[in-house]
Amino acid sequence: MDLLLDIRALSVLFGGVRALDGLNLEIIKGEIIGLIGPNGAGKTTAFNAITGRIKPSSGSVFFRGQDITGLAPFRIARKGIARTFQNIKLYEDLSVIENVMIAAHSSISYSFMEAILGMGRFRRDESRIRSKALELLELMDLKDLALERANSLPYGSQRKLEIARALALDPQLLLLDEPVAGMNPTETREFGNFLLKLRDNLSIGVGVIDHDMSFVMEVCDKIRVIDHGIPIAWGTASQIRNDKKVIGAYLGTDFDRTQNHNATN
Amino acid sequence: MSSQRIFRKDFNSTTKIRNKVLTLLSVIVLLGFLFYADRNLDAYSVRILQNIAIFIILAVSYNLINGIMGQFSLAPNAFLAIGAYTSAIFTLSPEEKLRSFIIEPMIWPLSQISLPFSLSLLIAGIVTAFVALLMAAPVFRVRGDYLAIVTLGFGEVVQVLANNLVSLTNGSLGLKGLYPFTNLWWAWGVCIFTVFCTVRLVNSSYGRAMKAVREDEMAAEAMGINAFRIKTFTFAFSAFFQGVAGGLLAHLITTISPSLFTFMFTFNLLIIIVIGGLGSITGSILAAILITWGGEALRVFEEPSTFFGFHYEGIPGMRMVIFSAILIVVMIFARGGIMGRYEFTWDGLFHWFKRKLLILGI
Repeated sequence: MDLLLDIRALSVLFGGVRALDGLNLEIIKGEIIGLIGPNGAGKTTAFNAITGRIKPSSGSVFFRGQDITGLAPFRIARKGIARTFQNIKLYEDLSVIENVMIAAHSSISYSFMEAILGMGRFRRDESRIRSKALELLELMDLKDLALERANSLPYGSQRKLEIARALALDPQLLLLDEPVAGMNPTETREFGNFLLKLRDNLSIGVGVIDHDMSFVMEVCDKIRVIDHGIPIAWGTASQIRNDKKVIGAYLGTDFDRTQNHNATN
Repeated sequence: MSSQRIFRKDFNSTTKIRNKVLTLLSVIVLLGFLFYADRNLDAYSVRILQNIAIFIILAVSYNLINGIMGQFSLAPNAFLAIGAYTSAIFTLSPEEKLRSFIIEPMIWPLSQISLPFSLSLLIAGIVTAFVALLMAAPVFRVRGDYLAIVTLGFGEVVQVLANNLVSLTNGSLGLKGLYPFTNLWWAWGVCIFTVFCTVRLVNSSYGRAMKAVREDEMAAEAMGINAFRIKTFTFAFSAFFQGVAGGLLAHLITTISPSLFTFMFTFNLLIIIVIGGLGSITGSILAAILITWGGEALRVFEEPSTFFGFHYEGIPGMRMVIFSAILIVVMIFARGGIMGRYEFTWDGLFHWFKRKLLILGI
């Protein structure tokens, strides 16, 4: 077993609010892990804390055995963690292919002098980046749109482009924040199959946040449920489906409310 | 699909060679024109041409920060001043320095040094880039409006220093008697070099990283781009050329003083890059030509003349009124500037030509 991501007791405090409280999570190579919970449960906060967007208040994040807690976002990205955003964050005014090529920036070996002279490693790297970007666009069915502006794409294609861009980073771990939001059931199913194929072909680890339960249950090997920042359940889809606390968190029970109350104190 | 067609063209090697040949030809045509201008045009026209070249250098390098990287800097007058003073200090002869530094003598090693113009330009560029590197650490801790204020403050600081470091800059008296080294060839040579370097850099992965920082800094960092580093690097790159332009300007007007490098200089450059289109190198070049040349051409309205038997006395300052009116019209009807974010490309030109021919039915 190749342990990719190992999160230990990760907590994030916003002033007096515990956005995330003692999250433990392991992602193994070739596994898709779901992170679910009601609105405001701290799922995106967890992703932000892993990728360095926000500094965790306590706890630690290990990536392939290395402590990456609190590193700058670009350093974490270069170590091999790519992500997408809940509210799509593309480079809107640039072309589709440029969007993907940008993610390969950290892989270039040429200096700016070589860029200006346009020689040696510059040409080799540029053609490598370009053909890699085209490959990824083909993989995501976006090749025909390569020269369109990113913000002229329909919503679904923008989501796909974000994933193509994340893959251009050659990640070991891919974190997807609501990848199927706004997709119809057919698209969602196709995307689920695509994700399974991606996991097997590239043998990468994937972390998924989504509100589409059937999608999450379908694709995820293991699921972590959090509520009000507190992890409440961990297990396979069938285990989660029958978990009392999970049902409580989504539908609300008296039992659940008292439990949470005790935990926060 | 049209996009597919253009796309395939992009990889076609014959069109690539054609474009290179066309670019080379147009540079030769430009040099031919300069050769002609150098021999046949009067001093006034040559002076305008030199001004145009210097303003193209400034606009293109300024646009790299404000337009392409999207960081609102107001520092070019500071960089220009540093470049102008540095190169002037290095080209002035020891006798001239002894003569003009009447308040306080110049500090020792500098008072004896006199270097050739080319070397002084290079030093001016390097010193300015170095200052920009030092500046980047405090400046790029902030973004947007705050960045504008910090860089504006920096411009003021440089002016105050120029006024008060008397043994280095001769204070408010300024430096006089510079040899007019800057000719058409120097100005346009550096101009072509600047545009070449900038275009190449923008079309590399570094350029894409700059644009990524402009579009969404958070997403850029999530994709492994060190935003602070690329900002610092671009700032220094741009400052190098602004410093060299400062050196050219100093040796064109032969007298420099702190009052020359006020915020108004930055403001004029800002107008140029906004009119040209923030983020478009082509736009910056066009606007630099239009505004430098247009500012002179509009002088007609300040001179007495007769239209259709109607005598007009000429009103001093009239050109600024017309200039402002044109600015307003451009900003209303072409909010993105002349070029928006588009660049001139040979492919684009041919594409446009074909469409025109199609419409005309040829």
